[in-house]
Amino acid sequence: MKVVIDQHKCVASGQCVLTAPEVFDQREEDGIVVLLTETPPEGLVDDVRQAAALCPAQAIWVKEQAEE
Amino acid sequence: MSTISAPGTDAPSAELPAYPMPRAAACPFDPPPTLRTLQGQTPIGRARLWNGSTPWVVTRYEDVRALLADPRISADSTHPHYPHQSAGAAERRKQSRTFLAMDDPEHARLRRMVTATFSIKRVEALRPAIQKIVDDLIDKLLAGPKPVDLVQALALPVPSLVICELLGVPYADHDFFQSNSKTLIRSTTTREQAREATQRLVDYLERLIGDRLAHPAGDLLSTLAERVDAGELSLREAANMGMLLLVAGHETTANMIALGTLALLQHPYQLAQLRESDDPKVIASAVEELLRYLTIVHSGRRRVALEDIAIDGVTIRAGEGVILANDIANRDPAAFPGPDRLDLDRNPRHHLAFGFGVHQCLGQPLARVELQVVYGTLYRRIPTLTLTVDLDEIPFKHDGLVYGVYELPITW
Repeated sequence: MKVVIDQHKCVASGQCVLTAPEVFDQREEDGIVVLLTETPPEGLVDDVRQAAALCPAQAIWVKEQAEE
Repeated sequence: MSTISAPGTDAPSAELPAYPMPRAAACPFDPPPTLRTLQGQTPIGRARLWNGSTPWVVTRYEDVRALLADPRISADSTHPHYPHQSAGAAERRKQSRTFLAMDDPEHARLRRMVTATFSIKRVEALRPAIQKIVDDLIDKLLAGPKPVDLVQALALPVPSLVICELLGVPYADHDFFQSNSKTLIRSTTTREQAREATQRLVDYLERLIGDRLAHPAGDLLSTLAERVDAGELSLREAANMGMLLLVAGHETTANMIALGTLALLQHPYQLAQLRESDDPKVIASAVEELLRYLTIVHSGRRRVALEDIAIDGVTIRAGEGVILANDIANRDPAAFPGPDRLDLDRNPRHHLAFGFGVHQCLGQPLARVELQVVYGTLYRRIPTLTLTVDLDEIPFKHDGLVYGVYELPITW
């Protein structure tokens, strides 16, 4: 799984940090999303998917790893 | 069976249901039965407002959520067909327009000026201070006479004290700002009353922000004053934002505390489970379920379509008003099985009580922590807490833009 964020779309609602604090953080100056890891471990996959679904600004995407 | 009038060819408005609709007297926690009927039969249909306009009313969870996040939907309250809640609300928005009633990019620019204060970490750091406020108020309540009105003794002071501290508004002025904000969120308020109340609050905040220009104090009003100093905001714009945060910061959480307590008292088994749990997750889940179940912002999210939008078999035409009824959407069985049952174990994080889309509630992390602290403390400290009147004697805020109770007489 690969996580992609769009800081331009983010509205700093904090839903992602509440849901997957190991993967998402907020900028000190304005609360905008910061990605802590692009490739979260297996155990966090469900939380990250929930964070993407709950994001009110649809600023988080989850890409399943391309098969190679 | 029901029919939907073809877009653009309005049915005579007298035949349309009036919105908002009354709740059933025996079910004060449930949305109006007519909304339930619409959700089943005409999930996107027209209704008639106070001013005779006939916007769309959207009632299904999926549709409400999709439209709240749709960039073709505008929150711009200056649009001629914006479906205002009341004459008073229209006047307030005219007098004091904030980013809540603007679209991007202006909305994002202004919202980001205040978002830092409400980040999860910053709010979490306030938890001990909020706990102390709640503990002190409960000490005082227990030492005083009974019965007591829980609204005045706890529900209103908790969020008022917290938002005053964050903003840097003197709590000593609470009678002044609470009475004016009460006027603003009553649907029966006239234009004249709304204009005066708005003016008083804006003048008051302009004065406080003016003080901060000379004497910064590290609070949110000082942050706004810095923006004024930098030429990014006018003093009036800063005061409008301060007023929005002050009013929204206490009216909403106060109603959730009192109405939530009343709802829990009607569900003694679940109240006992909540009282006996030490697990923060159990308390957090209870907060989410009460937010969903009660959806106190019950007057619908108000929007205007900027383009034609085809959704759920209907075409909403560009320029038409749209009401996204998040109260009934939060009772949609397709999103929440057994939706009319309060179930504290449900943890319905996807509810729409804080809205959705770019305007989703800015203060939600703060509201969550305040409610977690109150629900996690009050019933443990006062396990015998009980009402002194019957449910049908409680004065509900049927005329409020935000739902709740005017009074909650309790004893122990």
